[in-house]
Amino acid sequence: MNWLALASIVSAAMAVSFGAIGPALGEGRAVAAAMDAIARQPEAANTISRTLFVGLAMIETMAIYCLVIALLLLFANPLLKLTP
Amino acid sequence: MNSPLTSITLFHVGPVPITLPVVVTWAIMAVLVLGGRLVTRKLSLAPSRTQAAFELIVDTVDSQIRDTMRVEPTPYRAFIGTLFAFIFVANWSSLVPGVEPPTAHLETDAALALLVFVAVIWFGIRAVGVRGYLATFAFPSPIMIPLNFLESLTRTFSLLVRLFGNVMSGVFVIGIILSLAGLLVPIPLMALDLLTGAVQAYIFAILAMVFIAGVVSEGRPAPVTPAPTPSPRTIP
Repeated sequence: MNWLALASIVSAAMAVSFGAIGPALGEGRAVAAAMDAIARQPEAANTISRTLFVGLAMIETMAIYCLVIALLLLFANPLLKLTP
Repeated sequence: MNSPLTSITLFHVGPVPITLPVVVTWAIMAVLVLGGRLVTRKLSLAPSRTQAAFELIVDTVDSQIRDTMRVEPTPYRAFIGTLFAFIFVANWSSLVPGVEPPTAHLETDAALALLVFVAVIWFGIRAVGVRGYLATFAFPSPIMIPLNFLESLTRTFSLLVRLFGNVMSGVFVIGIILSLAGLLVPIPLMALDLLTGAVQAYIFAILAMVFIAGVVSEGRPAPVTPAPTPSPRTIP
């Protein structure tokens, strides 16, 4: 195994692990704020949870981007084709 | 392990290779179309049990559209409802043994995101005209034109990557777990996968509504009358 493949594997793992930290913290904050809002105003729970879902999907996209980068590195790495 | 970015070719029709996701997609389409024909064949004012159940689904879609877009749902019901129904059934098609959800492959999701991209233009032009639609790109100020243009492309891309990433990662994780421990161990993950599939179908439909509503409401002059009140159903 050459060093390029090795670097790809390590960077794929790093992309997912570090890329998950930010969205995880962000989603935690978003859910906490939504819980707070629903506790204060239970009659608005429908609207709040719908907005929450959309917002969570937006935040989650960042982590998904990292996952896609990792998959590209592992399965469709364009650099590996350059080396014999 | 198979790469999630490639798909298996089953057979060829002429020069066109037919892959497994294509077959599953056509099967889902057939099921949805035939089911729809069958259910709506004998509609009556005093609904039977089946009709009442399906009317409930349509009613839920309607109320979601009304709440999210603040417009009458009639022009959007068919598109949004079909989008939701297809993605929902596609995500849950992994319940059938041997079937992999077609949404776990990039091409199906790209087609769905492209549909939303075209639908935003179509509904936008239909609601506010070509001039009105083009004016939405300069919405807060003309400085925003390049950014708004870029946004309409990147949000389509993120729609595609979100659905692909979520469904594919579910399938992938189950594949890894299956190769480690066979019996009964993947079941909780499969249950989680079903939840993710339902939520992703909902989010895809909601985001499509939000994008369409953005164009439709931005293109209009400032509303004189307040937005139509949400259906009384939602008020407890």
